Amino acid sequence: MIIDINFIGLIIASIMASAVPLILASCGELITERSGVLNLGVEGMMIIGAISGFALMTVTGSLIIAIFGAMLAGVLISTIFAFLTQTLITNHVATGLALTIFGIGISAMIGKNFVGIPGKEFPVLFENLKDTIPLIGPILFGHSIVFYFAFTLPFITSYFLKKTKIGLIVRAVGDSPESASNQGINVRLVRYLCILYGGAMSGLAGAYLSMIYTPQWIENMTGGRGWIALALVVFSTWNPIKILIGAMIFGGLTIIQFHMQAIGVRIPVQFLTALPYIVTIIVLVVISRDSRKIRLSTPSSLGKSFHKDN
Amino acid sequence: MIKIVKRDQPSRAIFFFTPVLAIFLTLVAGGLIFFILGFKPFEALKFFFIVPIADKYGFSELLLKATPLCLIAIGLSFCFKSNNWNIGAEGQLTFGAIVSGGVALLFYEQEGFYILPIVILAGAIGGMLYASIPAILKTYFNTNEILVSLMLVYVSKLILDYLVVGPWSNPEGFNFPETRQFSDSAKLPLLFEGLRIHAGIFLALAAVIVSWFVFYKTYLGFQMKVSGFSLKTAKYAGYKGKKMIILVFLISGACAGLAGVGEITGPIGQLHREISPDYGFTAIIVAFLGRLHPVGIIFASLVVAITYLGAETAQIFMQIPKYTGQVFQGMILFFLLASDYLLFFKIKFIGSKK
Repeated sequence: MIIDINFIGLIIASIMASAVPLILASCGELITERSGVLNLGVEGMMIIGAISGFALMTVTGSLIIAIFGAMLAGVLISTIFAFLTQTLITNHVATGLALTIFGIGISAMIGKNFVGIPGKEFPVLFENLKDTIPLIGPILFGHSIVFYFAFTLPFITSYFLKKTKIGLIVRAVGDSPESASNQGINVRLVRYLCILYGGAMSGLAGAYLSMIYTPQWIENMTGGRGWIALALVVFSTWNPIKILIGAMIFGGLTIIQFHMQAIGVRIPVQFLTALPYIVTIIVLVVISRDSRKIRLSTPSSLGKSFHKDN
Repeated sequence: MIKIVKRDQPSRAIFFFTPVLAIFLTLVAGGLIFFILGFKPFEALKFFFIVPIADKYGFSELLLKATPLCLIAIGLSFCFKSNNWNIGAEGQLTFGAIVSGGVALLFYEQEGFYILPIVILAGAIGGMLYASIPAILKTYFNTNEILVSLMLVYVSKLILDYLVVGPWSNPEGFNFPETRQFSDSAKLPLLFEGLRIHAGIFLALAAVIVSWFVFYKTYLGFQMKVSGFSLKTAKYAGYKGKKMIILVFLISGACAGLAGVGEITGPIGQLHREISPDYGFTAIIVAFLGRLHPVGIIFASLVVAITYLGAETAQIFMQIPKYTGQVFQGMILFFLLASDYLLFFKIKFIGSKK
């Protein structure tokens, strides 16, 4: 039996493509969580990004405006979350849930007139190099700019957190807002910015879905990817590089399902789909039972409000 | 000039006033959104909030939707009061429905008075079993209950999907993803001829009464309240924290499981893929809007149930997407959380000196 080596390359490439929105949203949420804020609104911000990107692309015809507009929309919607949790000191969990529910609703309202409109073709880079190297060619070349950005983002994020001063400030705010505040750091401002950044990345993840991955608008098209992105952050133990691995596993399981169905393998699809969630729970248990490990990896003030009395 | 002053004590009057304020602000903002989208705001609001419950049938539908919301929210209030963030009620509902549905299918083609109680009990146990997973992981492995309970929602829906497509699918059902219809003895009796409202509402009312008693008349209720305020105080007072965490999760799971039973043995009558329009998540809003108070939750469940009905009516009459209901649900929670600021802070208007 001859296995077409380029076919394997294509499968790997499609796994990577399905991992892109997960990587983007998770890396954004990771920064938010590292600053001590738990934003459960990823799904909502993502779907707002998806409709904003698609709508702007259809109306203006400009892909650049659409991509940046989607990120801006993510920022705007996350401003609601930031204002509530940071200025009005509301509960993170409840506010994040409200954001997701609100986002899904409002996106469907905006998207009413965009259902059934075909998307535009998104330009890909290095298309001509695709066939030059077997196996590697289809993996490395012929993807959109967002694809390449997503696969460099974990490394940038890691560098940012470990090596830069601002990264250190973000971690300090997340691990000990009191001492950070005593050092003269404006905790509220840092958290605001981290939340807005998370919004921008979720917005971009949404735009990738509606403009590049399945170029059209479908109600509720994020289909739980925002929740998976949240799980991925935990799965990674707040380490951006591990997000890359996690996203490939989650993305891989989605893609493999299609192929297994095609071949007729008899493992129930639902079991495979459930696997990433179960694995995430197991990872959570493993890192949580060791109190030293969880203290080393989890931002200590995650999900707790910080209010400096005047 | 405006000055913000911290209150010495959270204001009790405002505690019960802010939900009303939140609903009012939601209506104003909703009208504004309709206006921006090019609908007549008052007409749209009328289709959303008045038309659906204007007749007997509509009112029955309102109670039908409010029943699971109320039941789940009551259960969640046990968790939330004691600082346990169970946000996976949707999963507990689904798993409760799976277990009770499985039992109901065992009795398919059988009749008997004993069937329904067994089916209901099975649902409560199913919900409890499923809720015990985040509870046990939290108490013994220190695992974050928010994430675990959330992950389990997806797992439960996939289990349901597997069962109704595969082993439990109706053999005479032409491969539709659904089970056999339950026998009449496994269905909750209807209260009125021609209306869909069923006896499940009594389960919700019973939960309201029991929870009121537990919250305000028992030692457990007091312990929950103290733990909710400060876990350190609770520890100092020597409360058995682990036991309480597991207990509140079990109560919450049982309520969600019962809500699941109510859906499949009530209006649905079988198991299929979509047994709940996210009641488990929406009930979180209900619990907050009702201020974790049993009576408050009754009112809140009615208010939030209207958003479900309103969305359906508005979709039919005005071609507004049905997801608009979620816009209102999200806004209610936003405004409620925002106005909670008034609980802890006073806004003082200081007149400038002449």
